[in-house]
Amino acid sequence: MDIKREDILHLANLSEFTLSDTEAESLGKDLQGIIKYISQLDELDTSKVEPTYQVFEMENIWRDDEIKVQDATREQLLALTREEKDNQIKVPKVL
Amino acid sequence: MKTANKKVSAERLVRDALTKAKHFADYNIFTFLNEEAALKKAREIDERIARGEKVGKLAGVPYALKDNFLSLEGETTASAHILQGFTSPITATAVAKLEAEDAIMIGRTNLDAFAHGSSTENSYFGPTLNAFDRERVAGGSSGGSAVAVALDIVEFATGTDTGGSIRQPASFNGVYGLKPTYGCVSRYGVVAMASSTDCIGFFTKTPDDMDLLMSIASGQDPKDMTTLPDYYNDESGTELDSSRHAPARPSSRGSGAQSAPVVADGLELPNSCTRIGVIKDFDNESVDAEIREALKKKCELLKSKGHKIVELEMPALKYALAAYYIIVPAEVASNLSRYDGVRYGFRSEDSKDLDALYYNTRSEGFMPENKRRIMIGNFVLSSGFYDAYFLKAAKARTLIVKEYEKAFSKCDYILTPVSPNPAFKLGEKVNDPVAMYLEDVMSVSLNLAGVPGLAIPAGKTKSGLPIGLQLVGKRRSDKQLIEFSKELM
Repeated sequence: MDIKREDILHLANLSEFTLSDTEAESLGKDLQGIIKYISQLDELDTSKVEPTYQVFEMENIWRDDEIKVQDATREQLLALTREEKDNQIKVPKVL
Repeated sequence: MKTANKKVSAERLVRDALTKAKHFADYNIFTFLNEEAALKKAREIDERIARGEKVGKLAGVPYALKDNFLSLEGETTASAHILQGFTSPITATAVAKLEAEDAIMIGRTNLDAFAHGSSTENSYFGPTLNAFDRERVAGGSSGGSAVAVALDIVEFATGTDTGGSIRQPASFNGVYGLKPTYGCVSRYGVVAMASSTDCIGFFTKTPDDMDLLMSIASGQDPKDMTTLPDYYNDESGTELDSSRHAPARPSSRGSGAQSAPVVADGLELPNSCTRIGVIKDFDNESVDAEIREALKKKCELLKSKGHKIVELEMPALKYALAAYYIIVPAEVASNLSRYDGVRYGFRSEDSKDLDALYYNTRSEGFMPENKRRIMIGNFVLSSGFYDAYFLKAAKARTLIVKEYEKAFSKCDYILTPVSPNPAFKLGEKVNDPVAMYLEDVMSVSLNLAGVPGLAIPAGKTKSGLPIGLQLVGKRRSDKQLIEFSKELM
């Protein structure tokens, strides 16, 4: 399939970043090549095959429903952010 | 592994490692040197030794930590701009286990940002140079860790392997590198790339060192729900008979006399005879002639020791790379959506509103390869393409898992090249993503199937570059795999 410039900008938007014109052009070329490569799966007959999403043979693992001490405290976690006020993370306006 | 004792102090070991790390500074191996804290720990261990107290199995052993493992010492950046300034308040389980045995982290090592790459050239901090040829790549993504061990700066280094990120740099630098069975070592506190294929492993100079590290780092962790119940140190083995190198064969299974000689082809084979599979499809022109020759030589060596070589056809592996570059980017797109500049790491300045903050931070913070993978991931997951790409790849993954199951009914281990070529030149592939992805063509299928693989040194090319081969085993055969690799020495 052909990847158009608008497709690239749509994917960048889904990915929550913006691209400069040069980036959009070079990433467009790259994605075209990658999609061509991965499209070779079309050759494979998978009509009677179930999908595999994980190779971990265990299923549900249960634990007691009790509050445990976490590895990091609220203070430590808040200290990681750029701006903090009244135990909350400060960001630019939302609306 | 050299540990500290009454004659050789931990401080001496750590000082030597730090001196070497500085001597090789232009290889760009480390993103952070842990001088002060490492020396302090070393002196504490020396005091305990002097007092005659018990010390850990890795007492005073200097090691290098791939910079995508969280620990309290130094910034954990995953060599990505977007994580700059992040000092972790928590410690990865694997790190905690190593430190509980008194190993000492002397530095954090360079990688492709978020482990996206096969050369360490995608690092925000620039590439790491190959230990044997400074004009060539270290391999990746764990390039810094591989070179730190290859240049003998440290006894061992940690790595992560999502599609070959331990095995390929190990093979490019002539050291051992293990990608364990999926779920063998806890992923808690390691920067996630693709959760269904990420594995934690090590670089060492010997199989025995690898075994020691695995005996320490493996095991079920309540903080990682995808860790398997402990099996690595289990004497009886879960599926395997530990009295011999290899899994019991069907002919001896259930007979209750697993140590009895196996009779095949009218010959009485010794207990240690193992069937080694080689994949026919990998013996072609696209693989470097010297690597194919190295594989043949190792097969001859195994035959001379009484083992049997079995030829395998594994046609589904042809599709492993395409399936991998659908599944992994999809998981990458999901895992990397958390980096938005709000809670930790880099935050773009002067954004007019919250949306702009997300977009600006991610635009400035990710490397081009991160962006490629996130966009491919969002493409294969987006409506209209999900069935054709993501679902198709998940089905191809089933075929790959089955192909390995079939192969292991015919042989005990598989021996293959790690990559189609030895270390390539810096800059040679960095602008051609598909060429770079093809580096992983022989390594990714193991991650999709969850089976373990050990990269082993297998000589050098005429021009002096290391050649690596990988020994592949069935799930949970990690310990036996490491033990059997000694047959290839």
